[in-house]
Amino acid sequence: MPDHDAIGAWRRLRDRLAHADRAARAAALAALAVGIRRTAISTIHAAGLGHTGGDLSVTDILTTLYGAVLRIDPARPGWPERDRLILSKGHCSVALYTTLTTCGFFPADRLATFAAPMSPLNGHPSRRAVPGVETSSGPLGHGLPVGVGVAVGLRLRGSPARTVVVLGDGELQEGSNWEAAMTAAHRGLSSLTAVIDRNGLQQGARTGDTNDLEPLADKWRAFGWEVAEVDGHDHLALLDAVTAPHAGSRPRCVIARTVKGRGVSFMEDRVEWHHKVPDAEQTRMALEELR
Amino acid sequence: MASQGAGRRADPHGARGTALTVEETYDCRDAFAAELARLARADDRIVAVCNDSVGSSKLAAFAREFPDRLINVGIAEQDMVGIGAGLANAGLVPFVCGAATFLTARALEQIKADVAYSLANVKLCGMSPGLAYGALGATHHSTEDLSWLRAIADLPVVVPADPAQTSAAVRWAAGTTGPAFLRIGRFPVPDVSPPGGPAFTYGRAARLRDGADATLVATGTMVSRALRAADLLAVQGVDARVVNVSTISPLDRDEIVAAARQTRAVVTAEEAVPTGGLGAAVAEVVLEARPVPMRLLGPRTFAPTGETAFLLEHFGLTAAGIARSALEVLGLDDG
Repeated sequence: MPDHDAIGAWRRLRDRLAHADRAARAAALAALAVGIRRTAISTIHAAGLGHTGGDLSVTDILTTLYGAVLRIDPARPGWPERDRLILSKGHCSVALYTTLTTCGFFPADRLATFAAPMSPLNGHPSRRAVPGVETSSGPLGHGLPVGVGVAVGLRLRGSPARTVVVLGDGELQEGSNWEAAMTAAHRGLSSLTAVIDRNGLQQGARTGDTNDLEPLADKWRAFGWEVAEVDGHDHLALLDAVTAPHAGSRPRCVIARTVKGRGVSFMEDRVEWHHKVPDAEQTRMALEELR
Repeated sequence: MASQGAGRRADPHGARGTALTVEETYDCRDAFAAELARLARADDRIVAVCNDSVGSSKLAAFAREFPDRLINVGIAEQDMVGIGAGLANAGLVPFVCGAATFLTARALEQIKADVAYSLANVKLCGMSPGLAYGALGATHHSTEDLSWLRAIADLPVVVPADPAQTSAAVRWAAGTTGPAFLRIGRFPVPDVSPPGGPAFTYGRAARLRDGADATLVATGTMVSRALRAADLLAVQGVDARVVNVSTISPLDRDEIVAAARQTRAVVTAEEAVPTGGLGAAVAEVVLEARPVPMRLLGPRTFAPTGETAFLLEHFGLTAAGIARSALEVLGLDDG
């Protein structure tokens, strides 16, 4: 299933980014993100299904991680020494699938089957069916406990690989996250990073009007994590926050302030785009803006 | 398998008036813990995960021998099962242990999504199941676990009936890649496995006694009682077959179909609600293959207050109760 042409292109990009100056690195990641957003919009439109707003808010996080951070080998998704990325907000599967195709885990033409009968590309990612998916996700509040287990296991095995869990902000209302947050700090899991896609909206309303999460950074600090707050659409800021050297043994939480629907003016920060699907005209207008 | 015995004691739970012998009985958690430690010595991928249940999961010795390989997450079952899935992702073989009701009820969605649907190599170990917690009450009884877990695809559900089966089931789980649930009994049971043969074969039910009139299908703590019920029935001229179902899911369909074809009635007995558990599983097969009269024994209400032995008697889960049900379903009862 690996797409060797795409893997080659991704490897060349990684090499280039490793040696580029900051401006060139930012430009390359921005270009990658635009491509992922365009493909995601088209995929959702074609399938008639998807979580458009969240896919667009998490895109820059995934772009940064897969484009410049994670030590992975898309030709060998089960490579034991790989870094793990766990997408806890599994409803944003289209952003993940699209990003995985840019790395070459599977060919981009498979995206046309998203949500179609018998496609491996379900509305929520299945570990059984999709190379690069570390755990099946969709029900909220599952990713962080799994990430804690991965980090504990890798440390037991003596592996230096890191674990990154990408969470939605709304899902932090699930108590399981805070069970895992305690465990991670108690065990000093400095190889574990949680990146929170803090777009401020959940399915039905603002998080602040539903069950307020603030003061969010203080909560994570109180749970024993180091916390960085960054603009979640600034690739270099994300990169710096995720890769900064550790001062101690605490796990790291990066609160990435994002805009739901980012990149498409009529979708930005509007709750109805949580799982609204763009029609043909809206898709055309969105692609116009995403250049 | 007497080496793991919980101590010599009179079995107070035999059919009244027929428990003529003093029988050794065992807490299967001891066999579980001994086997897990044995396996862990040979395979450093094996780790144990628990929810503050080091004592009740009998993991204290494991913790002393492998201090880095016991991951006690505290009182946090969702976290515990998710961590199990993560450990499996990292290449380890986690045995995730907790009181059966808290493990299964509290973390059911993690069991479904993180373990079964993700095909994670996690061994879920539900300790002290059924009515084992006695007078602690219905909050602590795990009588729904078999129903819940049997409904989840690709999750083997295994209920050993004695120490030998427990050890063999733990070995099977460690040697197989993929999810599994093991129900590890606390209520003392005698040995029921025939000496010499394999104690546990995954997916296969064991015919412990042949018979032509009725079949008593039992699991876990009910197996020894079903054997004694067959003795009682023999006295009354009824030839009862006894089948030990130690793999509830996937069920040994052939053995159940044989029972339905070759005997005139089927009684199931389990320390779990029969609505969805062993009883329902057997009834589904019997109904499709060859309907015969059935009785499904198991608690159908929340338990009243009382120790385990009392509760088993309250719900008719004794040798006498099983025998009586067989007579009723055969139309041989006096009433």
